[in-house]
Amino acid sequence: MNKFARWSLTLPATIAVVLLLVIPVVLTIATTFGEAGGPFSTYAAFFKSGFRMAVLYRTLQIALITTGISLVVGFITAYVIAQMPGRLKSIMIVAAVFPLLTGVVVRSFAWLIILGKNGIINNVLMSVGLISEPLSMLYTQGSVIVAMVYLFVPLMILTLVGVLEGIPRDLIEAATSLGARPIPTFLQVILPLAAPGLIVGAVLVFTGSFTSYATPQLLGGEKQMMMGTFLYQRAMVTFDWVGASTIAAIMVVITIGVVLIMSRMARRLNPMAV
Amino acid sequence: MATRIHPLLGAFAILVFFFLLAPLVIIVGAALSDTTFLTFPPQGLTLRWFANIFQIEAFRRTAITSLQVAILGTGLSLLIGIPAAYALNRYRVELPRWLSTLFVLPILVPEIVFGFALLKSITIGLGLPVFISLVVGHALLILPYSVRVVGASLASFDFSIEEAARSLGCPPLKTFMTVVLPNIRAGVIAAFILAFITSINDVSVSVFLTGPGISTLPIQILAHMEQFFDPTIASVSVLLMLVTVGVMAIVEATLGLTFLTK
Repeated sequence: MNKFARWSLTLPATIAVVLLLVIPVVLTIATTFGEAGGPFSTYAAFFKSGFRMAVLYRTLQIALITTGISLVVGFITAYVIAQMPGRLKSIMIVAAVFPLLTGVVVRSFAWLIILGKNGIINNVLMSVGLISEPLSMLYTQGSVIVAMVYLFVPLMILTLVGVLEGIPRDLIEAATSLGARPIPTFLQVILPLAAPGLIVGAVLVFTGSFTSYATPQLLGGEKQMMMGTFLYQRAMVTFDWVGASTIAAIMVVITIGVVLIMSRMARRLNPMAV
Repeated sequence: MATRIHPLLGAFAILVFFFLLAPLVIIVGAALSDTTFLTFPPQGLTLRWFANIFQIEAFRRTAITSLQVAILGTGLSLLIGIPAAYALNRYRVELPRWLSTLFVLPILVPEIVFGFALLKSITIGLGLPVFISLVVGHALLILPYSVRVVGASLASFDFSIEEAARSLGCPPLKTFMTVVLPNIRAGVIAAFILAFITSINDVSVSVFLTGPGISTLPIQILAHMEQFFDPTIASVSVLLMLVTVGVMAIVEATLGLTFLTK
C-alpha cells in the first residue's frame, strides 16, 4: 500500500476532530483576546472579580476534595476486590460497573431524594426525634461533594482493580517472607507499584469533577455555582458569550495542564518502566 | 496479587457497595410509590408513574431523539474510528505520534467547553440543523472509545494472517471484512456499547445543542425536574437503568464483564 492510502484511513477521523473540535475550541478561546480593552482584558476582569474567583476557588476545592475522598475509598475497595476469589470478584466488579453505566442525571437525582427537605435522611431523623425541623442539606458544598464522590468512586475502583491485580503476588510474598510487617509492605511495596494507577485515577476524577455540569446544577443550584454551571449560565441565560468563552478558556488550560503534569509524573514514578 | 484481608477493610468495602447501590434501590422504590411526591420507602405500590411517562409527549419524543442520536452518532464514530484505529496499529512506525493524541482530544477537552464551542461554530456559525449538530457532537465525543477500544484489540491481532490473505490474492477491503474484522469483533462490540451508553446519558454537550422542539431525554428529565418533583422522574430513571441492565447483559454474554477492568 502506498503512503497516501495509509494516511487516507486516518483522514476522515482527523478531519472530523480538527474541523469540529480543534477549530471551534480554538476560535472560542480566540474571541476572548479580541476585546476592546486589550487582549487580556476579559481575563483581568475575571481574576479581579470576587464573585468569579469564588466560583473558580469553589470548583477547585470541590474537585480536590472529591478526588481525595475517591482515592481513599476507591483504593481500599479495589484492594479488597483484588483479593477476592474469581466468582465473588466478578460480582463485585459488576456492582461497581452498574452505577458507572447509569447516567449522571439519574445518579444525581437519587441524592435529591436522599438529601431533600422531605428526603430520606430528614424523614428518618425526624421520626427518631433527633430533629424537629428538616435540615436543609441540598444546595450546600457537602451535597455536591457527596454526589460527586458517588459519581466517581466506581471509576476509581475500576481503574485501580486492574492495577492492583497486575502486582505480582510473588513480590508481596517475598516482602512478607523477608519479615516485612503489613504496613511497611503496603507503604513500600504495594503503594509505589500502584502509584501510576492512582495518578491516572486522580486525573480522571479531578478533571471529571472540575468540569461537571449536571451534578452541581441539580445539587448545588445557584448557591454552589461551579465553573461548568457558570459557563452555561453566562452562555445561555445572560448571553455573555465573551464571558462564557473566558470561563471555557480557563477550564481548558487547567484541565489540560493537570493532565500533562500528572501524566509526566506517572511516567517518572512507574518503577516498572524501562 | 492475593493475600488475606483485614476484617475492617472488608467491612469498609461492604459499606462502599451499600453506598454505591442503595441510591439506585431508592430510585426504584420511589418510582413505585403511590404518592404524588417522591418518597422512600414507597407508600403503596403502583405502576401508574410508568404509565404516566408514556402520556407525557415530551418524554416520548426526546426518548426517540436520544435513541436516534445514539445510534447514528455511534455508527458514525465507528465508521471513521475503525479505519483510524486500524491504520494507527498497522502502520505504527510510519504515522506520526500526534495522530493518536489527536483522537483522544474529545476526552481531554472539557465536555461543557466542547458543547459550547460546537453551538457557537456549528449550530449558529454554520447554521446546521440542531439534530445534525447533536449527531455530529455525539459522534465526536465518543470517537476516543472507537479508536482506543478497537485499537486495543487490534494491538493483539496478528497482522501476518492479513498478509497471508492478501498474498493469496484477496482484495484489501474483502480481507479487512472477512479476516481482520471477525478477529477484532470483541473490541468493536465493546466500543459500540461504551459509545452508545456515553451518548444516551450525555448532558454536558447536549445541553447546548438542544433547540426548539428537539431535545434529548436526559435534558428533558432535567427540565421536568425544575417544574415537577413527582415519581415520574423516578420511573423514567428506572427505565434508563433497565437500558443499562440490558447493555450489561449483552456485555456479559459477548465479552464477559471482566473486560471492563482491562
